[in-house]
Amino acid sequence: MISDALILRRQLGYEQRIFWRTPAAAFFAFMFPIIFLVVFATLFKGSTAHVGAVSVSWNDYYIPALVTFGVIGACYTNIASSLSIRRDSGVLKRFRGTPLPPWAFMLAVVLSSLIVAAILTVLTVVFGILVYGVHVPHHIGALVLTLAVGAMSFCALGLAMTVVIPNAEAAPAIINGVILPVIFISGTFFPVDPSSVLAKIAEYFPVRHFITSMFNAFDPAQQSATGLSGNDLIIMAAWGAVGLFIAVRRFRWEPRRT
Amino acid sequence: MAAIVVEDLRKSYGALQAVRGVSFTVETGEVFGLLGPNGAGKTTIIEILEGYRRRDAGTVRVLGADPEHGGRKLQQRIGLVLQEVAVAPQLSVSELIDLFRSYYPSPRPTDEVLQLTGLTEKAGARVRTLSGGQQRRLDVALGLVGDPELIFLDEPTTGFDPSARRGAWELVRNMRSLGKTIVLTTHYMDEAQNLADRICVIAAGQVVAEGTPDTLRGTEEHRTFIRFAADGIDVEALPLKAQVEDGVATIETTTPTRAVNRVTSWALEHGLELDGLEVTRPSLEDVYLELTSDQ
Repeated sequence: MISDALILRRQLGYEQRIFWRTPAAAFFAFMFPIIFLVVFATLFKGSTAHVGAVSVSWNDYYIPALVTFGVIGACYTNIASSLSIRRDSGVLKRFRGTPLPPWAFMLAVVLSSLIVAAILTVLTVVFGILVYGVHVPHHIGALVLTLAVGAMSFCALGLAMTVVIPNAEAAPAIINGVILPVIFISGTFFPVDPSSVLAKIAEYFPVRHFITSMFNAFDPAQQSATGLSGNDLIIMAAWGAVGLFIAVRRFRWEPRRT
Repeated sequence: MAAIVVEDLRKSYGALQAVRGVSFTVETGEVFGLLGPNGAGKTTIIEILEGYRRRDAGTVRVLGADPEHGGRKLQQRIGLVLQEVAVAPQLSVSELIDLFRSYYPSPRPTDEVLQLTGLTEKAGARVRTLSGGQQRRLDVALGLVGDPELIFLDEPTTGFDPSARRGAWELVRNMRSLGKTIVLTTHYMDEAQNLADRICVIAAGQVVAEGTPDTLRGTEEHRTFIRFAADGIDVEALPLKAQVEDGVATIETTTPTRAVNRVTSWALEHGLELDGLEVTRPSLEDVYLELTSDQ
């Protein structure tokens, strides 16, 4: 008898092996946020960040911001680019011809990215605490929930991106061309004046909401009772749902022929 | 019961009519060869049977089901070996076989699959370290792993060196002896001749001939060729009409015994030796080229 649980477990093992056996990619997935942290913590040494009415040291802002940056890389960027490459090389077509259920394939891809996102979050936070003396995240439950909603949403958006990517060569340009401007205007690397047009535009996209909800979960100034930001989570989840809908409806298993 | 029934199958890509009314039947337990030049429509046909492509018109039954709607139940009963080798290069041979085993209700043991495909020595090797032929054998292993009733092999030996091709043929014969029904596409005549119980020749999206390798050749059975070097021979003076091409004279005849006698008697009378004299029947290759040449 076939057990779907066994299939999913094997499939997740397969995804994890692929990830860890591509050491260069794995290394940079974890090191990118830390490299950025070192660079920007040095640049903005001694400054203060203002999030809503709260003022905290820059590093206390950067850790949650760079965690979201790392998670977006591990989920959205990684899924969109690796599936584009695998689609072009025929690996996805091969799977499509087996009894492997499509949902099991997709779920394993997403779960594998969630594992990477979780490890990356722990590494970045521990590095921030040990090297830059930032505050220990105040609401661990809220942090886990925010991470789960954000990571799953960006996984879904990564799956959806494969629909518009014509081939693996075009993948990096499209993936980064879409996400990097949003990452910048969302204040990931440097402050964006909240009253500016850019900040207002950023409110429409999920990245800013990921950063603020993550910041609230870390809650370095201990302002919040629960660390949960319902609105941010709902907006991210809505983006994720749209991504999932597109992915389920339009996902391509075969390379484009022309 | 027939494993596959195809009736009046049609498929177009835009203005290009790739498959134009193809019909054939594949019996359970036979090796069925779809033979034809590149671009004849073989891969389109096999991909419709595999469930990858939708047909425009016609009836298709694979193991009793319509491949467009067969779903997981049907996929558990068929094995695919696609044209391109496509598996994750980071995984090892046995890891991939174990992964694919989990998809099927009663898979073959890993060791047995490795042995059947000659990959036992390479069980622990990463895919990226395998040679082209070994990767192709891994593809076959993954097609066999679910113990399918029906196996599709799409151009299994394209790009192989001669010894790798012999190995692949042996593998197909092994599968056949396990009682599998095998559908094989190829543009190599000798491959179809060596492996297939029946051959369907496709050209420009249509069936141009169908039969066993022997009956296909039989369509041209009445023709025999007498060939010899034309150098130093007055071809016009021969008792039978000959065509000369590349310095070789060819006489086509339906009564070879009498024709050979007349030509050799004439040569003896004139004190000539017919260098390179041979009497041949058309090879399957000749038949194939003849059949597909007008298209």
